[in-house]
Amino acid sequence: MVRFGKFLKGFYVALMGIFLYAPILTLIVLSFNASKSRAKWSGFTFKWYAALFENEAILQSLWNTIIIALVSSLVATLIGTMASIAMNRMKKLPRQVMMGITNIPMLNADIVTGISLMLLFIMTDFAPGFTSVLLAHITFNIPYVILSVLPKLKQTDRNVFEAAQDLGATPISAFMKVVLPDIFPGILSGFLLAFTMSLDDFVITHFTKGAGVDTISTKVYTELRKGIKPEMYALSTLMFAAVLILLVLINRRRATHEQTVNH
Amino acid sequence: MNKKQRRALSQLMLSGPYTVWMAGFIVIPLFLIVYYGMTTKAGAFTWENITAITSSVNLKALWLSVELSFICTVICLVLSYPLAMILANSKMKNSSLTAFLFILPMWMNALLRTLAWLTLLENNGVINTVLKAIGLPAIHIINTPTAIVFGMVYNYIPFMILPIYNVLVKLDRNVINAARDLGANAVQTFLRVILPLSVPGIISGITMVFVPSLTTFAISDILGGSKILLLGNIIEQKFKTANNWHAGSGLSLVLMVFIIITMVVSSHYEKDGESASVW
Amino acid sequence: MSDKLIDLINISKSYDGQVVLDEMDLYIRDNEFLTLLGPSGCGKTTTLRIIGGFETPDTGKVIFQGKDITNLPPNQRDLNTVFQKYALFTHMTVEENIAFGLRIKKKSRQYIKDKIDYALKLVNLDGYGKRSVDSLSGGQQQRIAIARAIVNEPKLLLLDEPLGALDLKLRQDMQYELIRLKNELGITFIYVTHDQEEALTMSDTIVVMNQGYIQQIGSPEAIYNEPKNAFVADFIGESNIIDGIMIEDKLVRILGAKFPCVDTGFGTNRPVDVVIRPEDVELVAPEAGTIAGTVTSLIFKGVHYEMDVMANGYEWLVHSTKMFPVGEAVGIHVDPFNIQIMNKPESEDEEAVTIDE
Repeated sequence: MVRFGKFLKGFYVALMGIFLYAPILTLIVLSFNASKSRAKWSGFTFKWYAALFENEAILQSLWNTIIIALVSSLVATLIGTMASIAMNRMKKLPRQVMMGITNIPMLNADIVTGISLMLLFIMTDFAPGFTSVLLAHITFNIPYVILSVLPKLKQTDRNVFEAAQDLGATPISAFMKVVLPDIFPGILSGFLLAFTMSLDDFVITHFTKGAGVDTISTKVYTELRKGIKPEMYALSTLMFAAVLILLVLINRRRATHEQTVNH
Repeated sequence: MNKKQRRALSQLMLSGPYTVWMAGFIVIPLFLIVYYGMTTKAGAFTWENITAITSSVNLKALWLSVELSFICTVICLVLSYPLAMILANSKMKNSSLTAFLFILPMWMNALLRTLAWLTLLENNGVINTVLKAIGLPAIHIINTPTAIVFGMVYNYIPFMILPIYNVLVKLDRNVINAARDLGANAVQTFLRVILPLSVPGIISGITMVFVPSLTTFAISDILGGSKILLLGNIIEQKFKTANNWHAGSGLSLVLMVFIIITMVVSSHYEKDGESASVW
Repeated sequence: MSDKLIDLINISKSYDGQVVLDEMDLYIRDNEFLTLLGPSGCGKTTTLRIIGGFETPDTGKVIFQGKDITNLPPNQRDLNTVFQKYALFTHMTVEENIAFGLRIKKKSRQYIKDKIDYALKLVNLDGYGKRSVDSLSGGQQQRIAIARAIVNEPKLLLLDEPLGALDLKLRQDMQYELIRLKNELGITFIYVTHDQEEALTMSDTIVVMNQGYIQQIGSPEAIYNEPKNAFVADFIGESNIIDGIMIEDKLVRILGAKFPCVDTGFGTNRPVDVVIRPEDVELVAPEAGTIAGTVTSLIFKGVHYEMDVMANGYEWLVHSTKMFPVGEAVGIHVDPFNIQIMNKPESEDEEAVTIDE
């Protein structure tokens, strides 16, 4: 009876795993499919990987995606961390107002955020293009940074900051030497979260981009109707593999680090 | 400059950029939706953009959106709760690894992953080939609302699993033991203690699944074959194809009413309004 | 006080190959206040959880009122637990918490109401019924946890370090409160703690445990005055534990000097552990003591002075109401009756471990 329950649990977890990973496997398989068609398998090939590096349009969209993600999350990390420090020192009411507004892009539907920014660019006659997408990404990235940094700041003992000043440090050097190292994990995870969200975004980019500027997401969306180029499967397989390897490496390093700490 | 003034200045320098950004890129744009939604192209006040929701096409799309996102939320909840429970009770208490497994798929482009389901679900797709091979009847769901729900569940179920898992994994084992100790059997313990204590996670999961599935247009585009229109599709077309921002904004306002209702309900259950719910 | 209420026979338990309890036998009499005392990891909480039904022992039996309950789930056992950190249901009011067990048992509305009133009065929280659990202080939550358990009229109440999270003053108050409660209810308490003072104050019987073994069972007086081995002596209060040689019956040599004692039956010229409580060390004039030494430190402690005296290479801990300044030459005298002789530990398991709590 107990064993049957255990089997059932394992079976269920496996089923959900298949559900989540089946499409990923499909895309990986398709990237090696000799035929252009999604529908049938006609032999193994590397040709789409070769073609990928000659497809200017896809490479351009990859470049855009990475630059936008990198720049927007860096700017968001800077503005968001500064704002968090200020918010941590605020009285309850202004802090709650700021927090309420910060929550809007997180909880609101992407489509609403997207069109609201689109309207802003229309209203101000700001020509949509690369910059408008960047501004939009910074906007929805800042909240992720704040939500990662602010809890860390709350945990940081105020006395530590004061003790540093008591020992002769100026407020700025006290912050740099004492508080910053303490909240750094929060800043880093905020940055990574922002980077991920930016990389993964489609809807907001779709509404704020100008003609001719594409990220991978919007490129896929335009290709949906015309038929997806298999190079796209190759690209997404490569990206997935890169992320997987990176995360496994980070995890392993963390595991060995924890072991050395424990012993 | 005295100490107080210096402090005020540093506070201003730190919060200034974000305050300006918030005003310019969050608050004002939201008011722009209201402005566009309530004016004509000539700039005159009108209710028409909003009342347009009552036209049969729009009403049908709204109803379908609500219906499908509701079904999607229910399915996500029913599928996620047992999974979250199994994971939370498993010996593998490594919560970051668990979260990692459910977030990892998000690193592959969502549109492509949804498209992959097309390959799998198509009438001559992988799943039907397998079904045929083992002698089962084929399924024909592509280009139907069922396929859209399927895609929604697939895309948003991590947002249901994670908050429920996070609540369950933090539950004090002794609280469950206490219920057992006081005479409750396994079912009573679940219904009277575990379930009520996991309500915050459930609510947060519901919000995070319901809102995006209510407003999606990409999933219905891909799996509905552009024949089935959700409210998201109509709004998207108004903005991107018809360039009629006033009509699009009017319908968005209707959509926002639903979103606001969901948020108000969920914030009612959330104890600490300043914490992120998923991460 | 003769009936065995609960009888643990040959209980063993290990986690991941680590032995927590090793073939333990223990019985608890009806209406007894029994305390399981020991450092963390000694197996005291595991013992309690096995009695409560939250763990199944690898070997052995749990007999409760003559019936084998080893495999009975917790909800079918006629006993209740007060958990560490209380484990209250935070989604319920105080009243609902207390009523939980009674509602499960489908008691009548009136019965439940009366029981709640009675229990709240008993724990001095009259009128707190409608409050939310989160609004209460630690001490109040503790009382609710007790009330929630006792309304079910268990034969046996298990308490797992119930006062551990409270501050010192509150803890002392609650100790008397618990003794009062036990006398009023007339039920058996099994109490787990690592605080020896708490154990000495409250218990009828103390079971001192270490590394999965019972070291000694006895009344608080017996445990304090006649510790069976160095571990118990060290764990219960402060002690001078000195290597000695039992020369013959009633005579022991420590630090090169012969001390008369009252213990017999250790044989001749056998190595032993000698325990002398600091309050039993008498400081006298240098020539009047058994051995002579010098005071090396002096601290005023309120009721007494605490002094360290270096004598024959050992630093004696001394509690005395008489003060001797640092540097003063003194003699040490110990009444034979106050010298406790113990066998050296035979195995590693019995050896005293460092106590870091």
